[in-house]
Amino acid sequence: MDWGALHTILGGVNKHSTSIGKIWLTVLFIFRIMILVVAAERVWGDEQDDFVCNTLQPGCRNVCYDHFFPISHIRLWALQLIFVSTPALLVAMHVAYRRHEKKRQFRKGDQKCEFKDIEEIRKQRFRIEGSLWWTYTSSIFFRLIFEAIFMYAFYFMYDGFRMPRLMKCNAWPCPNTVDCFVSRPTEKTVFTIFMIAVSSICILLNVAELCYLLTKFFLRRSKKAGNSKQQPNHENKEETKQNEMNELISDSCQNTVVGFSS
Amino acid sequence: MSWAFLRDVLSGVNKYSTGIGRIWVAVVFMFRLLVYVAAAENIWKHEHDEFQCNIKQPGCENVCFDHFFPVSHIRLWALQLIMVSTPSLLVVFHVAYRESREKHHSQKLYTNPRKTDGGLLCTYLISLILKTGLEIVFLVLFYKLYNGFKIPRLVKCDIKPCPNTVDCYISKPTEKMIFLYFLVATSCLCIVLNLSELSYLIFKYSIKCYLKRLVKKQQ
Repeated sequence: MDWGALHTILGGVNKHSTSIGKIWLTVLFIFRIMILVVAAERVWGDEQDDFVCNTLQPGCRNVCYDHFFPISHIRLWALQLIFVSTPALLVAMHVAYRRHEKKRQFRKGDQKCEFKDIEEIRKQRFRIEGSLWWTYTSSIFFRLIFEAIFMYAFYFMYDGFRMPRLMKCNAWPCPNTVDCFVSRPTEKTVFTIFMIAVSSICILLNVAELCYLLTKFFLRRSKKAGNSKQQPNHENKEETKQNEMNELISDSCQNTVVGFSS
Repeated sequence: MSWAFLRDVLSGVNKYSTGIGRIWVAVVFMFRLLVYVAAAENIWKHEHDEFQCNIKQPGCENVCFDHFFPVSHIRLWALQLIMVSTPSLLVVFHVAYRESREKHHSQKLYTNPRKTDGGLLCTYLISLILKTGLEIVFLVLFYKLYNGFKIPRLVKCDIKPCPNTVDCYISKPTEKMIFLYFLVATSCLCIVLNLSELSYLIFKYSIKCYLKRLVKKQQ
């Protein structure tokens, strides 16, 4: 069980996401999880061993390290990534539930069911409308909330995003004020700023996706209201059918262009 | 053999679970297993090396560490994860038994061997009770072994060969405490999920039985 398993779980959700959602997932995996595993963990690997205090008093180093780093950056990022990925599971569960219902309809031999076999149901991509729209939008909303909470927690705990070279400590049992030196402060500052920048990009992507979904929702509503005002006639039905086909074609084109495998 | 094995076992169990059972599996994967592997393991990695006592007497640090940490938090956490996931295997075994029985007799003995009814329902309920029981046992064990869920910065030790009372400092106590609270919170969440699934199933099947009896009486 590791980040690879998370990739498998979220990859399944990707099929039903918007294009912005697919970009968000790519940014999450390449610029956050991969960077965390491949680079950041090495930088913070020796953090307590190389945290050196100018004293021989046993225990002083432990206590000062604990005072300045209540929870390590690397652990905070890992928790942030886990919490931010979790709302996508809501969408995965909703899609699985819909698939289950369609399979049940198919097994009952329902005339309305438009699928020829179970494989088609399994491969079907659901459009983001109806109750799935609400689930998807709430998942984006929760993602935003979690990102904001963790960014704030980071800023609050470490007084900004800079890692100082020297920290002055006078917690007991340190005899007086003692100088303690952090290992690799510049490298840690660089990675901290990088992770914060990528978090901000993810927040922007989520906000953009939210705006896109809301716009689409209101446009669809006004179109429906406009259609219901006109008298229903044969020409209108053909127009709406053509519109739906055009939407499906454009959606499938988007799929091939972005092409994230699931 | 690693945590991937447990993940595969739990994925197999997911097929026979109710909706709440699937949420339980998701919580165990994301908030317990993944957090353990990705974050918690590294905090406790060098706990013995970083445990420091204010003394040069050889053997004193070892003895004090052993006295205060009979079983390390992280090992208890791992045991808890394994024990809590195992009762779900009872359901998998029962379904396999049903299917092998049908094959052996070459006839359809059950309407659907994978549906939770009759004996399989009992097995499912027993697995839920066992899961909940084991969660509570481990939480109580944590509480008793470590005098609550606190990890102090300093512990005083006076076991031989330490000459007198000696100050010993635990490494990263705050970070360890934060993850310990996280462990307790997720355990409690899992207990709540198990209990609600238990009550839901008991309620559902008692209503079913009652309606069947009512129909029979009317006939």
